[in-house]
Formats: sequence, C-alpha cells, structure tokens
Amino acid sequence: MSYQFSKESEVRFQKLVPQFPNKRSLILPCLFLLQKDQGFVDKDGMEYIANRIGAPVSLAHVHGVATFYTMYNKKPVGKYHIQICANISCYLAGSDVVTETACKKLGIRPGETKEDKSFTVEEVQCLGACGFGPVAQINESYYEHLDAEKIEQIIDQLAKQG
Amino acid sequence: MGLRKLLTTHIDHPESHSLSHYQSVGGYVSLKKALTDLSAEQIINEVKTSGLRGRGGAGFPTGNKWSFIPKTDKPKYLICNGDEGEPGTFKDRLLIEKAPHMLIEGMIIAAKAIDSHQGYIYIRGEFMKGIAIVEKAVEEAYAQNLLGKNILGSGYDFNLAVYSGAGAYICGEESALINSLEGRRGHPRLKPPFPAVSGLYSCPTVVNNVETFCNVPHIIAMTGEEYKKIGTEKSPGTRLFAVSGHVKKRGIYEVEMGTPLKELIYDICGGIQNDKALKAVIPGGSSSPILNAEEVAIATMDYESIASLKSMLGSGAVIILSEEADLVETTFRLAEFYSHESCGQCTPCREGTHWVKDILHKIREGEGTEKDMDLLLSITRNMEGGTTICPLADACVMAVRPTMQKFKNEFQKRLKVSDKPSEEKQSVVHAG
Repeated sequence: MSYQFSKESEVRFQKLVPQFPNKRSLILPCLFLLQKDQGFVDKDGMEYIANRIGAPVSLAHVHGVATFYTMYNKKPVGKYHIQICANISCYLAGSDVVTETACKKLGIRPGETKEDKSFTVEEVQCLGACGFGPVAQINESYYEHLDAEKIEQIIDQLAKQG
Repeated sequence: MGLRKLLTTHIDHPESHSLSHYQSVGGYVSLKKALTDLSAEQIINEVKTSGLRGRGGAGFPTGNKWSFIPKTDKPKYLICNGDEGEPGTFKDRLLIEKAPHMLIEGMIIAAKAIDSHQGYIYIRGEFMKGIAIVEKAVEEAYAQNLLGKNILGSGYDFNLAVYSGAGAYICGEESALINSLEGRRGHPRLKPPFPAVSGLYSCPTVVNNVETFCNVPHIIAMTGEEYKKIGTEKSPGTRLFAVSGHVKKRGIYEVEMGTPLKELIYDICGGIQNDKALKAVIPGGSSSPILNAEEVAIATMDYESIASLKSMLGSGAVIILSEEADLVETTFRLAEFYSHESCGQCTPCREGTHWVKDILHKIREGEGTEKDMDLLLSITRNMEGGTTICPLADACVMAVRPTMQKFKNEFQKRLKVSDKPSEEKQSVVHAG
C-alpha cells in the first residue's frame, strides 16, 4: 500500500471524523481527499481509505461507492478537465458548438485526454447552471455563457498558464 | 401577482453571503424569536398556518412533514437537500451562494421544531464554490454562537456540517440522499418506513429543500397568517423560478405564486428569443410534462393550475421552447439524462430508460419506424405507476411521452422515409 493522505488532507480528515456518528459516512469525503491528492481514485487509495476508516468498511464497499458516483475519476485526467454540459438548456443555447470547438482545437474527441495530459474534454449531464448556458466546469470553476470564441480564449489562457 | 422579493431582497449586495451583512438586514432576528419566545409546537403551527409547501419538487406541506417526527429518545436528524441536478433547475445555487445564512437560520429554527441537535447540508458536488461559501458561513455562525452549544444562551444545542455530493442526480431523492450521507451508493430505499420514522442512521429524519428552509425565517418574522396572504390560497408564498431556453432574459426570478406563466415569459423575461413564436414550455423541471402554446396561455404558476394541465410545478424550472426548437432532439437529450442517471436498482428503470433513449436515438437519426413509436409508448407504460422504488423511471416517462403525444407530427417527420405517413395517405384518411 503506497498511498497515504497528504498533510493537508490529514488535517481535513481529522476535522471530518467528529462530524459523523457513523464512520461509514467518511467514505465520500475521503474519496474526495484522495482525488485532491492524486487527481484520481485508484485501488491503493481506496484500500488506504478502507483501512483508515476501519471495520465495517471494506475495500469492496469503498470500491462500490467510488464507482457509483461520476465525480470520482477512475483514471487520470488532464491537468485541465473541461466538462461541458450537453443537456437541454445548454443544448438550446448552443453547447454542441462549444464542445466541437474545444475538441477541434485540442485535437481530441469528447471523453479523451490530450497526449501531453494537459486537457481532457468531456460532455456531462447538467451542471445546474441552465440559465447561464452553455456552461463548462473546468476543474473547480464554472465558465458560463460560452460560445466558440470564448472557449478558444479560455483554452489558450489555460495553456499559457501551463 | 408578478415579481415579489422575499428571499432575494438582498442578494444583489456583493456581501450578501456574509454574516455581518445578513445581520445588518435583520438576519437571525427570527432565530432569537424562535429560540426564546416560541415552543417547538408553536414553530410547527406557524409553519402549518403559513401553508408553506416544499420547494424541492413534490410540494408536500412542510409543517405537516415536521409534525410526523415521533417524540422518541432517539437522535433526530435534519438534512438540507441541496443536490440540485434536474435539467433546467438552477435556483438553489443562487441561495446557496448568496444567502447561506438565511438557509442556516431556517435550519436552526426547523431543528428546534423537531428537537434535532445535528444537521447536514448536502450540496451537489459540482457546486464547489457554493460548498466553500456555505462552509465559511457555518464557521462564522459557530464563531458567534449561532451554532453549537447553548445557542445565544437559549439552552438549545445544534451542530451543522456540510456534505458534498459526488455526482449522482438520484441523490436528490431523499432516501437516496440519506444512503449517500451514510457512505453508501445513492440507491433509493423502499418506503415505508419513511425518513420521519427511520431515516439517517435509522433515526427520525426530516429532509427539506434549500428554498424551503430559506422561507422559514420569513414565516417566523412575519407570522404564518401574514405569509399566507402572499400567493394563492392553496399555494402560498413566493417561488423562485429558474427560466432557461429560448427566452430573452434567462435567469432566476422570485415571483408570487399564481403569477400567469405568460406574464413570466413575456413581461418578466422579455419574451421569446429573436421574437419567434412560442412552441412549448416545460414548466417545472425536465420531468414535468410539456405544455403546448394553448396550455401556456391559460397556466398560472401555482401547484393547482399546473396540475390541472396534467403537469407539475416541480422544481420551479421553466424551460422555454420556441418554434425553432427541435423537440425530437430535446426529448432525446432528456432521455439520455435519465438513462445516465438511473441508479440501476429496478429493472423497469435500468432497462427502460436505456431502451427509450436508444429508440429516440434511432428516430433522431432518421432510422425509426412507426413500430418504434408504438414500442416506445408501450415501454413507457411498463415503467410507471409504482413498478420501481423511486420516481426516476416515472420522471423519464413524463419527460418523453407527453411530448411524443402532443407533438406527434415532429416525431413522424423524422421516421424512415418509407415509413412516414404521406400527405396523400393522410388526405385519404381525412376524406374517409
């Protein structure tokens, strides 16, 4: 077992523990800590979480939980994870053009990561910002009222930041 | 009727999320009143008198929900459902980011009403900014003894924690949310027992929506009797409507219940984009059956009026579709959503939502036949009416079938060329 919480995650974990009378509730927040530390959730990390929380939580249970929720990346994603909403309100506002432009500019298809691991583009189901569409979530931030020009500018800016 | 600010009075202020600003505009005065002057029964009675109905989707009377909590020695839990995720719905995000203390105040008052000493605010994981704002607000509240032990010297203790969802629409269903909060897959539970009897950690639990809790401080401040004067008799209060789609001014508008839908679209939202004709409106989130233009003309935004048109006010999400909208495509996108979000527990939902999506895809690509149309309607009949644990399958049906029935022509036009009812055939039928 090679993974363990970073210092920051350990502090966060200690704060979380007294908030729940049943320690099983720690699984979801712990998976987020794991993902924050290494960008995705893997078997080593899940095993560590199961051991840190202890019985009755098992690796199988943690794995079952992690695979149910879409926000846990089961494989590495690019440094910038561009998630574009494709559902009804964003579609009506032109999200298809935004996805197409982003993919064309990066030379990848939806769901793929650029070879240099800089960007991943994904279509997602509703980001809950329907009045401000088309919307993309890039890492922890929302980008609203997008169009082809804006998404190109954003990608250029992020690429410059490296 | 029309615009009426109650919950959103101060949200345009850049510091509306801070404790100091909230207190400067009368925040937490209701809490003091509830903790020192009112008993738990009196709080519940005020909320019952107000007629407040849950703002999450089902519209169940809030005061009644609170009164179902049994008086036992078991811990009682209070949960805020901030897992907003239905396509078209984006109103709770505004309150989470702009009025977190209104939410916290409402929750503490509700906690006293049901004798709860531990609460959780469950927010959809994608709302990372909102989660950070609410976490900060909770810290501020603890620092001023608005949370924690002996709140404001009243002798009442209440702890509150923020919990992040992880990307599963189904967790907006209250029993799935409880499972998620318990560190499990977000599978809905069989009911009964209802959460009021056996919810979080098998203890009595109340789950309310963000907007519902935000109404509570206002009810306590103005009394239930006064609150009831806003809106209509059976749907009192204001409602936050999240308007999206083909409309000039998309956004979130707080209006009095009973406001005509046409007034919302044309007077408040500036009318249809590019001055096109209105084709249809989805009035309460993607799972509410679509209304055609004739129905829109007579609808008012309250539970009863929308129900009389065989639809639902639901989550307050209004999606406007102009004559330019491709209803085959929008229906396919909604079916895609429901098939993606089915938790997989019940066969009619797991298989049905995928099947519906696949057939709609076929029709969308011009490969569908009349038989597919019949099959689609037949499948949806097997997905509804209690064949599944939760209403996700019903939601998929409501998002698909009424559109196919009311706008049959649009679907037929997309069928395989050989299968389209020709104009000649149609005229023969009419002549006969």
